[in-house]
Order: sequence, then structure tokens, then C-alpha cells
Amino acid sequence: MFTVKNLSCERDDRVLFSQLHFTVQAGEILQIEGQNGSGKTSLLRILCGLSSSFEGNISWRGQDTQAHHAAYCQQLLYVGHHAGVKAALTAEENLRWMQTLQPLLNKGSLTDALRQVGLMGYEDVPCYTLSAGQQRRVSLARLYLSSHPLWILDEPFTALDKKGVVEKEQLIVRHVRNGGGCILTTHHDFDLPDVTIRRLNLDQLSAA
Amino acid sequence: MNFFTAIVRRDLVLALRNRNEVVNPLAFFMIVIALFPLAVSPETAVLSKIAPGIIWVAALLATLLSLDGLFKSDFDDGSLEQILVSPQSLALLAIGKVLSHWLMSGFLLALLSPLLAIMLFLPSQAVGALVGSLLLGTPTLSLIGAIGAALTVGLRKGGVLISLLVLPLYIPVLIFGAGAVQAGVMGMPIAGYLALLGAMMVFSLMFAPFAIAAALKLSIRN
Amino acid sequence: MKINMPRWFYQLASPKWSYDIMGMLLPWFAIAAGLLLTGGIVWGLAFAPTDANQGNSYRIIYIHVPAAILAQSCFMLMALAGGIGMVWKMKVAHIVAKSAAPIGASMTVIALATGAIWGKPTWGAWWVWDARLTSMLILLFLYLGIMALYSAFENKASGDQAAAILTLVGLVNIPIIKYSVEWWNTLHQPASFTLTKKPAMPPEMWMPLLVMVLGYYCFFGFLLMARTRLELLERENKSSWVIAVINEKI
Repeated sequence: MFTVKNLSCERDDRVLFSQLHFTVQAGEILQIEGQNGSGKTSLLRILCGLSSSFEGNISWRGQDTQAHHAAYCQQLLYVGHHAGVKAALTAEENLRWMQTLQPLLNKGSLTDALRQVGLMGYEDVPCYTLSAGQQRRVSLARLYLSSHPLWILDEPFTALDKKGVVEKEQLIVRHVRNGGGCILTTHHDFDLPDVTIRRLNLDQLSAA
Repeated sequence: MNFFTAIVRRDLVLALRNRNEVVNPLAFFMIVIALFPLAVSPETAVLSKIAPGIIWVAALLATLLSLDGLFKSDFDDGSLEQILVSPQSLALLAIGKVLSHWLMSGFLLALLSPLLAIMLFLPSQAVGALVGSLLLGTPTLSLIGAIGAALTVGLRKGGVLISLLVLPLYIPVLIFGAGAVQAGVMGMPIAGYLALLGAMMVFSLMFAPFAIAAALKLSIRN
Repeated sequence: MKINMPRWFYQLASPKWSYDIMGMLLPWFAIAAGLLLTGGIVWGLAFAPTDANQGNSYRIIYIHVPAAILAQSCFMLMALAGGIGMVWKMKVAHIVAKSAAPIGASMTVIALATGAIWGKPTWGAWWVWDARLTSMLILLFLYLGIMALYSAFENKASGDQAAAILTLVGLVNIPIIKYSVEWWNTLHQPASFTLTKKPAMPPEMWMPLLVMVLGYYCFFGFLLMARTRLELLERENKSSWVIAVINEKI
């Protein structure tokens, strides 16, 4: 459902990757690997339409993502480096705002999502009183609310404890089993039973 | 429309929680005005003559000062990129943010201005013109300034640059805004000035949101 | 939204093609500029009749007026090129706009400086808040802002687009600024003598002016193409055609 053809990216006169081809089908996970600076985040930003310094074609369900940006964004949930959490708002207010932005954050209740990420009892305090890890979990709480078919996650497991990691893994598995697709970067080795995980290593590409 | 009211509400809530950011430009406005009697002359005749210009220039600078942060925090914490990867319109976002910015800057400046008019001995028949021209002129300042803020939001040193970009574009508003107050002082009709200020507001309301949206997109994708 | 344009338009988008075409045109513009400017200046300064009111001091118009005209045309060209660059994502158009900015700013400075020099014998003061001079001053500020914006971005492509947005916003504003400054000027100085309110010029006076204007345009074209070519080489410094050009020169 997600197809990338001939993707090349050059930043500051340096070729990060070129001639990238891949697809992500419903029910699949694509894990993007590579060292720091290999262009993982740049690639994800390009896939989301957050960067225009690339050449090539990206299409979602047969439609070019640039030409049909709004329709594509409707279907996409992106969790990036920045949590996108406003420090002066409470966790609940932040999630409500994100729900206004993304109509497909419509599954289950906010309280439930906050409980799932272990922020029960913190709904009413402004986010600047939370730790960096907790703020990140506010952002990740969106995964519990999301019915988007495509997830693009940049290092979703950083700042999480072991239990949190396992829970997020299960969440991702549930998402792809329900016919979703997921593209993510992580340093974390992860092997999930009964799920197709494709791997794309940006280091090997540039070496070749 | 749901999205629009949500932005305005969110930004107003944020402004109320960071009250300093609202109060500081207003304090700046008053301090700048207080400098003129000290630097030029405290005489009634002199001050009442230059009052329209001083108040307008100070309002312009205060607006500019508050604009620098308009998109900054949304850019830094990743809220802006989340908006760009959402199906919502950036132009609508721009209008919503400018509206709440104006309510917390230009609108309050206009409400505060009669007090400063008294301090500068502005003849009382011109106070109506002062408040009216500020109410109609400052939205244009916020709209045009937001273009500059959006263009410079991703830059490390945006502060002085935004003044350089935006101030030349403020000149028409300054001329007609201060002109309206001058006309009020001389007891001449001010409707024409207010109409022109209103026309500039409508005109910038039509075009600026698209320029702001394009500039934001560019700053995020940089 | 895709508008189909003639083929040469898309060829312009190719840096190499633009570089070559400009290289071919460059000497012709240089020759034309040299002839027109020399001819115009000699004609204007030595042979054109003396003005009844201003004596010989009016002759500065042969420098001043073309610079002022060009300062404004250059802004329009930048807006046009920036707009084309935005709509068709054409790098060469952005480079043309960027190369034009300092030339336009210099023309504005020349117009302002010669205006001030002319003002001294005419008005008895170096500077008068005349409507035209004030608009020119604001135009200079706009140029400076655009140039500052170009240099503020590390990523050149982003700087191009940012400056294009600002130029377009500036272009929309220029008529408003001009109108408001003129209106403001009449309000404050109703009796002032403006540089333009003169009796109609006889042909012996305006003919050399026309030659000078054409000469300035050719000179502008020459400078613009030379700067654009240089910028093209710099931006494309990794591509094979630039390497070939450099090797050829060495």
C-alpha cells in the first residue's frame, strides 16, 4: 500500500542515500536501520512530507503523497523526535489538541490511553512538570487512540522502560495484524513472532 | 471550523498560562512612550504635537517584539510538524494564531492607548481616532508580521532579521494610522483613514494567510 | 495545477543550457552596454541643451533616472523569477532572482545618492522627504531585507524560496507603499518642488536619456547574466558539466 521508487536524498552536498526502492504492504513492518547520521530520520521526514530535499516518487495506495498531501496525512500517524507536546498544557489537553488535528485518533478514551502509558494521575498537571520520558509517553499515547492505517515512528522505544517497550511492541503487532502498516527506526533489536518485518539498512546502501 | 476555534482557544489558554509573554510587550509599549518626554521635552505643546506618531511607532515596535515568538514554541516542540502531517489547513492555522496573537497584543494595546494619550497630552477629541485606528491597524501589523515570523522561525538568529523584513511593509499602516490621529487632533473627519486601514486589513487577511502557510511549510521542511 | 509552457521554457530550467545561452549572449550585452552608455553620457553631458531653470545641474538625470527605473524593474524581475521558481520548482529562476538582488540594491543606492546630489542645488538641502526619494529609500530597505534573508539560510534552496515569498509580498506592497507615501507627502509638504514637475523636456534632452536607459538595461543584463553564471557554477559544483567547464578553463 506504500510504495517508494527511486528515492534519493542529498543534504548539505552529501548524498545520504540514492535509488531507494521499497514497499510496505498491509500487515508489514519496515524497520530502517543504520548508524547515527545515516539518514534514518531524514528518510522518515521525507516519507511524511516534512522534507522536500529529495528526488523520486512516494505513493500511498497508488496516489502520489505530495500531490494528495491532505488525503495522505489523514491516514498517517507520525511520531517524531520532537514529542509535539506543549509544556504549558496538561497531558489531557495535549491529547485533545492532537485529536482535533487528527480525526483518526478516535479509538477508545483518552483516560484509557493515558492509563496505558502509565500517566494515570498526571492528566491534570501541566506537562512541564513531567520528565522528558513522561512527555514522550504523552505523545506515544496517541498510538492507543489511533485508527490510522499507516504509522511512521522515529525511535519509538527511546526513553521507555523495559515494560513500556514490550507494551509498545505488542501494540505495533496488534496494529499490523489488523491490516495496518508500520515504518519505524530503532536501535533496539526486535523480533516479533508471526509478523513480517522487512529491514532496510542505510549503511549497506551507501557502502554499495 | 472546529479546528479554527480549537487553535484560538489553545493559543489563548497558552497565553494566559504564560502571562509574561502578554504583559512584556505592553510594558515595553509604555516604557518606550515614557522615554519621549524624557528625551524630547515634557512641554504640553511639544508632546501633544508628536503624540500620534509616538504612540503609533511604539505600538508598531511592541507588536513586532511580540511577533518573534508567534511560531517559535510550536516550531521548537514539534507541534508545527504535527500540524503539517495532519490533514488540517496551514492557512487556517495561520489565521487562528494571528487572531489570538492580536487579541493578546494589538487589541490590548488599543485598550491601553487612552491612558498613554493622557500622558502625552493628546487632545481629547483625538482619543477616539487613536483607539479606532489602533483597532483597525494592528490586525494588519499582526498579519504581515506573521509572514516575517514564519520565514525566520527556523533560523537561529531571527530576532533582528524579522524587523528588517517586516518594518518596511508596515509603513502604509503607520502613515494612515498616525494620519487618522493627526486628523482627529485637528478636528477633521477620520472616516476616510479608518476606511483605508480597514481596507488594508481585509486585503492582508485575504493574502497573508497563504504567504504565512507557504513560509511555515518552508521553515519546517528546511 | 500544471500549466504547459513552450519547450524553451523548460530548457531554461537546465542549468547547463542556461549557462551556455547566457555565455553566448553575454558579450553582445557588454558591447551594447558599452556603446550605449558612452554615447548617451557624451551626448547628455556635452551636447544636450542647458535647462532654463536648473542650468547644468539637471544633467545628473542621465545617471539618476535610468538607475531609478532599473531599481524598480529589477524588483519586478526578481518577483517574476521568484514566482516562476516557486510554481515550477525551477532552480535557475531562483538563482536569477538571487543574482539580481544586489544589482537592484546598488541601483537604488545610485538613484538615492544622485537624487541627494541633485537635491543640493535644486532644493538647497541634501535630503528632502520628497515622495519619490522616500519610496526609493523604502525600496532599498526591501532589497536589504531580501538579501539578508538569502544569507540567513544555510540551506540555499530554502533561502531561495523564503526570499521568493518575501519578494512577492513586497511586490504586492510596493503600490500600497507608493500610494501612501505620495499621499503623506502631499499632506505634509504641499508646496515642495518635486523633481518630476518640470515642463515637458524637449527631444534634445530626452533622447540621450532614452539612450542611457537602454544602456543601463543592457548593462544590467550583462551583470545579471555574469552573476547568474557564477552562481550556477557554484551551486552545481559537483555536476559533470561544471567540472568540464572548469577543466576547459584550466
